[in-house]
Amino acid sequence: MTAAPAEAGDQAIAAPAGGNDEAAEVILRLDDVHTYYGSIHALQGITVDLRQGEIVTLIGANGAGKTTTLKTISGLLHPRQGTVHFRGADVSRRAPHDLVKDGISHAPEGRRIFSRLTVLENLKMGGYTRRPAEIREDLSRVFELFPRLFERANQKGGTLSGGEQQMLAIGRALMSRPAVLLLDEPSLGLAPILVQQIFRIIQEINAQGTTILLVEQNAQQALAIAQRGYVLQTGRVILADSARGLAANEDVRRAYLGEI
Amino acid sequence: MKAQNRRNAALAALVIGAALIAIGYVVGLPPVVFVGALFTAGCAALLQGEHRSLTIVAGMLTATALLPVIVLIQPFSTFSSQNLWIDGFSIAGIFVLLALGLNIVVGLSGLLDLGYAAFYAIGSYTFAFAASSFTGLDFPFWPMLIAGAISAAVFGILLGAPTLRLRGDYLAIVTLGFGEIVPIVILNSSKYTLGPNGIGGISRPEIFGFEFPIQNPWPFYLAMVGIVTITMILIYRLQDSRLGRAWMAIREDELAAASSGVNTVTTKLLAFALGASTAGLAGVFAASKLSVVTPNLFRFDVSFTVLAMVVLGGMGNIWGVAIGAFVLYTIQSVILKQLNQFFAAADVPFLSSIDFIEYQFLLYGIALVAMMLLRPEGLFPSIRRKRELHVDDAGEGPTTTADAMGAAPQ
Repeated sequence: MTAAPAEAGDQAIAAPAGGNDEAAEVILRLDDVHTYYGSIHALQGITVDLRQGEIVTLIGANGAGKTTTLKTISGLLHPRQGTVHFRGADVSRRAPHDLVKDGISHAPEGRRIFSRLTVLENLKMGGYTRRPAEIREDLSRVFELFPRLFERANQKGGTLSGGEQQMLAIGRALMSRPAVLLLDEPSLGLAPILVQQIFRIIQEINAQGTTILLVEQNAQQALAIAQRGYVLQTGRVILADSARGLAANEDVRRAYLGEI
Repeated sequence: MKAQNRRNAALAALVIGAALIAIGYVVGLPPVVFVGALFTAGCAALLQGEHRSLTIVAGMLTATALLPVIVLIQPFSTFSSQNLWIDGFSIAGIFVLLALGLNIVVGLSGLLDLGYAAFYAIGSYTFAFAASSFTGLDFPFWPMLIAGAISAAVFGILLGAPTLRLRGDYLAIVTLGFGEIVPIVILNSSKYTLGPNGIGGISRPEIFGFEFPIQNPWPFYLAMVGIVTITMILIYRLQDSRLGRAWMAIREDELAAASSGVNTVTTKLLAFALGASTAGLAGVFAASKLSVVTPNLFRFDVSFTVLAMVVLGGMGNIWGVAIGAFVLYTIQSVILKQLNQFFAAADVPFLSSIDFIEYQFLLYGIALVAMMLLRPEGLFPSIRRKRELHVDDAGEGPTTTADAMGAAPQ
């Protein structure tokens, strides 16, 4: 697979790519990525690609390397071997704050909102790399997606409910206007009705043109909204297919969708 | 419209107050000074925190005018003469500067620095080298204020660059070590620093060709007030800036701050450098004020005292930290001494045999523990921190700021 021409596509152009639209440009590509925590070989050669406008999901058990993969993409960790290409450029060594400017935004696992700052301040921090006029525009976009955050704008992040905090974490990640949004376990610990809501919003964000890489324990839901998926096991991709294909796969059903 | 009127009234009050204060001092009528101070205090109240730089000027003017008059009143006037009080206030100002600087590092950015006195030492020795009979150089004071700040900032960056990747306790240990190393190096390189004797004969500031006199404490007092006022305004601006928000984000969650696009390395380095430069400023002033610097002035107890000032005053709140530093220094240098004499004179059985100055750190320790238990936000907390620590009564309800941002949904 050759890197697509680095035509820095405006995220607005690409409509959500349905199914396996091979024509869409590959915006992010991990090529044989090996990442270590000290001497622990966490990612053992991961190859994943994301096309413009897709929702792609990574599923797998705890410790399979899903979070590590996201951290490697967003620059919080660097691969010891292999490369990460974003819009055709090698970004394996770039710092997280530079990658935010490039257009990769990461809503980390466990929400990690600034609990002692207000909702509004949290969102403004998300727009740290942007100009004031752009921040204002992005704020209204986030408030449109999450009217709940608007109601609570002056409340401390830490006083929000779990679902609201998750909305805030996603909203904050959106404030940098990313081309690619990395979501780590957005449904973790939420009531089923909230899970539905979060997934609907993820689809909406995607429909507005943001490419999404979604890590989820809730594989069923994730496969329902994704176009494609990768199954990770002990730091390796063991299966890559369309979301429909994975949902129909016997092994996947047994291991991750709770069917015996 | 209404805000405009209030601002004009505040400005008028400030001008009238300043004029009255000046007249009061020139003709030597304390009541006139009092009335003037009422006007400047009124100015600060009218502004209601809307125009912070002006509020700081008005507040500092009120304090500057009132302090020398208050010490003429009974209980204070028995402690020492007005001149001695004023002399003490300018040294208290040094600690206010130190606390304001440490507040950037500890209060805003959440980086625990236990060796802060090292930067104070570097500022002091910078001026001692640049303007004393020992080196024979005589650089002027005012530019050296900036130079001292810069040299301390450089050392802040040198220390910070390799160590700021450490977190919490580990950073505290490294800074503690640095705080020990600097005075020891000064002590042992006696060829350049005269070791334990210190460098004496340091120049005093000049203004329009007139050197600050030794006998009269007023020039130092006023110069200190000016420096503190400017520093406070600058720090307020910083706190409200994009950089200030990045500091708070790092204090809250460094990983999330990085994911939001904050360059955590340079942001933390800036906190260290700016904190250090404030200490450098204080150091230059102290060297000139005391005219002698010795390694003893910069030992761990200074770092600890300043940290106690920041915590007691209310971490993160500039006025709180400034007042905390001022009050604590005054208690330490004046009240404790007086307590000794007072109890000795009154011949109180147990208390008369205690040297309160010796127990100063015990008292600090008790005060800090009591503080953490009873009022963790400090004596004068920032509104933010108060809300943080008393979540039950945290304000809810609809937003006003968001409305102002014009960011309503739809």
